[in-house]
Amino acid sequence: MKNAPNPEFEADCIRRILAGEKQLFHDLIRPCERPIFFLLMSILHNEADAEDAAQEAVVKIYRNLHLFRGESQFRTWALSIARNEGLGRLRKAGTRREDSLDALTEDQGGDFTPAILTSWREVPSRALEQKELAAVLRQAIDGLPEIYRNVVLLRDIEEMDVRETAAALGIAEGAVKVRLHRARALLQRSLAPRLKGFAPNRGKLFGWAKARKDEPR
Amino acid sequence: MRIDCKHVWEHISAYIDGEVEEGLRAEIEKHLETCEICSAVLDSTRNVVVLYADGRVFELPAGFSERLHERLEKEMEVSGT
Repeated sequence: MKNAPNPEFEADCIRRILAGEKQLFHDLIRPCERPIFFLLMSILHNEADAEDAAQEAVVKIYRNLHLFRGESQFRTWALSIARNEGLGRLRKAGTRREDSLDALTEDQGGDFTPAILTSWREVPSRALEQKELAAVLRQAIDGLPEIYRNVVLLRDIEEMDVRETAAALGIAEGAVKVRLHRARALLQRSLAPRLKGFAPNRGKLFGWAKARKDEPR
Repeated sequence: MRIDCKHVWEHISAYIDGEVEEGLRAEIEKHLETCEICSAVLDSTRNVVVLYADGRVFELPAGFSERLHERLEKEMEVSGT
């Protein structure tokens, strides 16, 4: 798990911060920065707004630290504050999208049939050196309905477990699983046809020649 | 019980996460041995997840962390002890 939380370190840190060692808050919040930002990106859909909201949320987390009861993980609690910050901004801007989307997408069922393939040539992670591939992947995730995007970001990208994701998003664990399944099906369908072009060429010669060319001199 | 392709697709995500119970897992694996479509769907789904979960796909904006901690520093100064 990326930046797996360490509850003992957190509890100790929080005690000391509240006792006056304020600077420790920097270390406490560091592992939460990525999930906070990407959750807000998912809600607000704009990098500058997400960064602004992330700063505001982190300040709120700092100010309200004495209210943290240790009933959940610190990161879960921090993420729910970030989520409220994001949703509050949406409400203020008059774009209350989440409720309607929740109702719509969950009930409609929709079509989650995968792209049907008869064979698959693996696209290795080193293909990500091509900026274009990362852009295609980001676009596909940006294009997901918000309720699926949130879950993909927390579960697959931030590698949070089902329980923590459910708590951070304020939804049931079953909903996390259903949404993740649907999101992955939608992503497989949109991405599989486009990723084929990024699989290494079958001809070894070409791969070899290219590798040679890219070698440092 | 013999399961069909649609049934396998329904469980692909849980299968990838190792969350299907043993009996169903065995059924899915038996199906995968003979069904090239489901094998390809499984491989491509797994591949897609590995790729988009790579740290290089979603990166924090440059300077994000520095700006955040500067803001925190200011907050700490005004909040006193």
